[in-house]
Amino acid sequence: MRDLFSRSLQTTIIFLVVGGILVLALGGFFSTASNQFTTGLVSIQTWISTRFVGIQDFVTAPRDIVSLRNRNAELESQVSQLQAQVIELQQRVSETEILAALVDFSRTSPESTYKAAAVIGRDPSPFLHYIIINRGSNDDIRRGMPVVTNQGLVGRIDSVIADAARVQLITDPASAVNVRLQNADTEAVLVGSVTGDVTVDMISQNVTVEPGDLILTSGLGGGYPADLILGQVVTIRSLEYELFQKATVQPAVDFTRLAIVLVITNFRPVDITPLVPQTTSP
Amino acid sequence: MRNLVAFPLLGLAVMLQSAIVSQVNLLSGSGDLVLVILAAWALQERVASAWHWALLASLFVGFVTRMPWAIVLAGYFGVAYIAQILQRRVWQAPLLAMFSVTFMGTLFTHLLSFGFLSFTGTSMDIGDILGLITLPSLLLNMLLAIPVYTVMRDLARWVYPSVEAE
Repeated sequence: MRDLFSRSLQTTIIFLVVGGILVLALGGFFSTASNQFTTGLVSIQTWISTRFVGIQDFVTAPRDIVSLRNRNAELESQVSQLQAQVIELQQRVSETEILAALVDFSRTSPESTYKAAAVIGRDPSPFLHYIIINRGSNDDIRRGMPVVTNQGLVGRIDSVIADAARVQLITDPASAVNVRLQNADTEAVLVGSVTGDVTVDMISQNVTVEPGDLILTSGLGGGYPADLILGQVVTIRSLEYELFQKATVQPAVDFTRLAIVLVITNFRPVDITPLVPQTTSP
Repeated sequence: MRNLVAFPLLGLAVMLQSAIVSQVNLLSGSGDLVLVILAAWALQERVASAWHWALLASLFVGFVTRMPWAIVLAGYFGVAYIAQILQRRVWQAPLLAMFSVTFMGTLFTHLLSFGFLSFTGTSMDIGDILGLITLPSLLLNMLLAIPVYTVMRDLARWVYPSVEAE
C-alpha cells in the first residue's frame, strides 16, 4: 500500500515538475535557454539538410544534365524547324504579294493573256542582260513574246527550250524598243547598254522633253504591244549640232529584283524584215 | 575515271553561276565561278585534264549564255593556257599563281566579250566597261579564288592520288 502511494506521489511530482517547466517555458521564463536550444537544433538540422541536398544533387545531377541536353536538342530542333517554316512562309507571302500585284495588272489589260513564270537564272556574262524563266515551249511560250511585270515592260523571249526560255531585257545592249513619250507626244527608240543603263535616242530636236515624262511602247515595228510602261525621263541631252536629242531613263521595272514575270502569250510579233528595202549596189 | 567528276561539278557550277553568282553584282560586274574553278583546276600540279574541263565548261556555259559559244570556248581555253604557263613558272607560290591566273583570265575573257560586242556594233565606252564591269568582276573573282582553290586542290588530290597515298 505504501509502495503504491509512493509511486503515485512520484508520478504526481514528476507531472507537476514537467507541467511546471512547460508552463514556465510557455510563459517565456526559459526564453534564453530555449532559444539556445532551438538555435542548436536548427543549426544541426540545417547542416544535415544541406549535406543531404548536396548528396542528392551529386547523385541525381548527371541524370538531369543528360535529360536537359536531350530536351535542349529537341527544342533546338523545333526552333530550327520553326525558323525554316518562318522563312518559307515569308517567301510565300512575298510570292503571294507579287502574284497579287500581277493579277491586278492582268485585270487592267484583259485583252492580253498572260502566263506567269519564275526567274531562275541570269546570263553568266556581265556584258549581256538576259534572264532565264521556267516556262518554255511546253507552256506555249514562243520566241518574240513580250515579258512584263505589274511595273512595266521587262523584255521579250529570245530563245525557248521545252521547259525554259531566255528573255532579253530592255537593258541589254542589243535591245531596241520603239517608244512614245507620253507628254511630248513623240516617238523615239529606247536602247539598252552594257552597263544596264537605258536611254531614249532619236528624239526629234523640235520636241520639248521634260524630266519625269512617261515613256510607253509605241507598238511600231510590231515587236511589242503598244502602251506598255517602260520608265520615266531623268535627264535630257540636247546638243545643237546633233540630229536628235537623247534622254536617260529610270526604268519602271527593278531589274535587280525580278522574281516572277508575266509572258503575254497572245501577242505574236510581226516580222517586218521582208518589208525593209534591200540596199543594192548600183 | 575520277575525272568524270567534271560533269556534275561543272554542271553544278554553271547552275550556281546562273542562279546566284550572276545575281550578286558589284556595280555592273559579277563573278565568274566557272572561270575561277577552271583556273584553280588547271593550276594543280598533277592535273592533265584542264583542256577537257575547259571544253566541257564552255559547252555548259554556252548553253546558258547568249554569248557565242566560240567566244566562251576561246575564253576558257585561254584561262587554261595561262594557268598552265604560270603553273610551271610560279609553282612555289600557288596562291600567287591563282590570283595571277584569275586576274589575267578575267581580263582575257572580258577582252573577248568586248571585242565581240564591238564587232557586232554595240557602242560601248571603254572607261565605263573598265570601271563598272571589269574591275568589279575582277574583285569578285579574286574573292572567289581562295576558297575555290582550296576545294579544287583537295579534289585534284582525290582525282590524281599520289603514289605514296596509294
